[in-house]
Amino acid sequence: MSVRVMVRDREYEVRPGITLYQALKELNIPVQSVIAARGEELVLEDELLKDGDIITLIPVISGG
Amino acid sequence: MPQHRLALCKEHYLHWIPEQAEAVIKKYRMFDKDQKILVSVSGGKDSLSLWDILWRLGYYTEGLYIDLGIDDSRYSFRSRGFTERFAMERNLRLHIFDIKKEYGYSIPEMIKKTPRGRRRACSVCGLVKRHVMNRFSIGNHYDVLTTGHNLDDEVAVLLGNTLDWSSGYLQRQGPVLSEANGLSKKVKPLFKFYERQIAAYAFLRGIRYILDDCPYSKDATSISYKQLLNKLEEGHPGAKLSFYIKFLKGSF
Repeated sequence: MSVRVMVRDREYEVRPGITLYQALKELNIPVQSVIAARGEELVLEDELLKDGDIITLIPVISGG
Repeated sequence: MPQHRLALCKEHYLHWIPEQAEAVIKKYRMFDKDQKILVSVSGGKDSLSLWDILWRLGYYTEGLYIDLGIDDSRYSFRSRGFTERFAMERNLRLHIFDIKKEYGYSIPEMIKKTPRGRRRACSVCGLVKRHVMNRFSIGNHYDVLTTGHNLDDEVAVLLGNTLDWSSGYLQRQGPVLSEANGLSKKVKPLFKFYERQIAAYAFLRGIRYILDDCPYSKDATSISYKQLLNKLEEGHPGAKLSFYIKFLKGSF
């Protein structure tokens, strides 16, 4: 029973039934620094993550 | 989008972003449909999204990609590839300006050659890119030069200039810079959009872009300012937009 969260070359697991916002907080990933996708769809911060979900985090901060 | 108190489905979001961009273009008198627009593209989400939006809105655009010659992780090769593919898929005209071919040195070589470059790589790169963009825009008779700077970019620069009390830079930080002294008219149609909004647009629109950061931007001050501002935004949705809009109202 888990949700896989991928960001770049790293992978984490969080428990199902929490929101994306809670998952990012638990993983210590700043909410504003990423967008999240489940396949071809965006995942909103208040969306509940389900068992078996594979969530890809896309970093958005660029600069120089 | 808590800062707008708005939730949209994919279809409406993809309509809303160009609609808002067009409102900004008109409000700030950036350009119109009978003008020739040069879009500076890097292969990243912001500039490719900007080009996509302007193309969909029916503006006449051509793209300029500046090949910086960054070989680390084949960064320039890959970002150029994303840009070329984007232009080809939409049948858009893309110009390539190869820094090494034109000036004899790539950006990494220029950085190594100067003390300023060794300390602040992004500063040297930015200076060269601005010079090339202006030269190309003026030399090829474009009416206006556009860049994909978003709200987060602008607010990070504003914070930096405020912390340094750089009054000269603050006076030139508007979304529209008039043509003057060999400088092209330069505009930033995405300046009211958050970086996340543009990333969401690129994702939903299926725009493929380079996800990696430039290998020379790891210690860039602008990134640390963005992280700081994101912490502020999380507790106070709309804080970044408010900071920048109030600056514009007070300064221009």
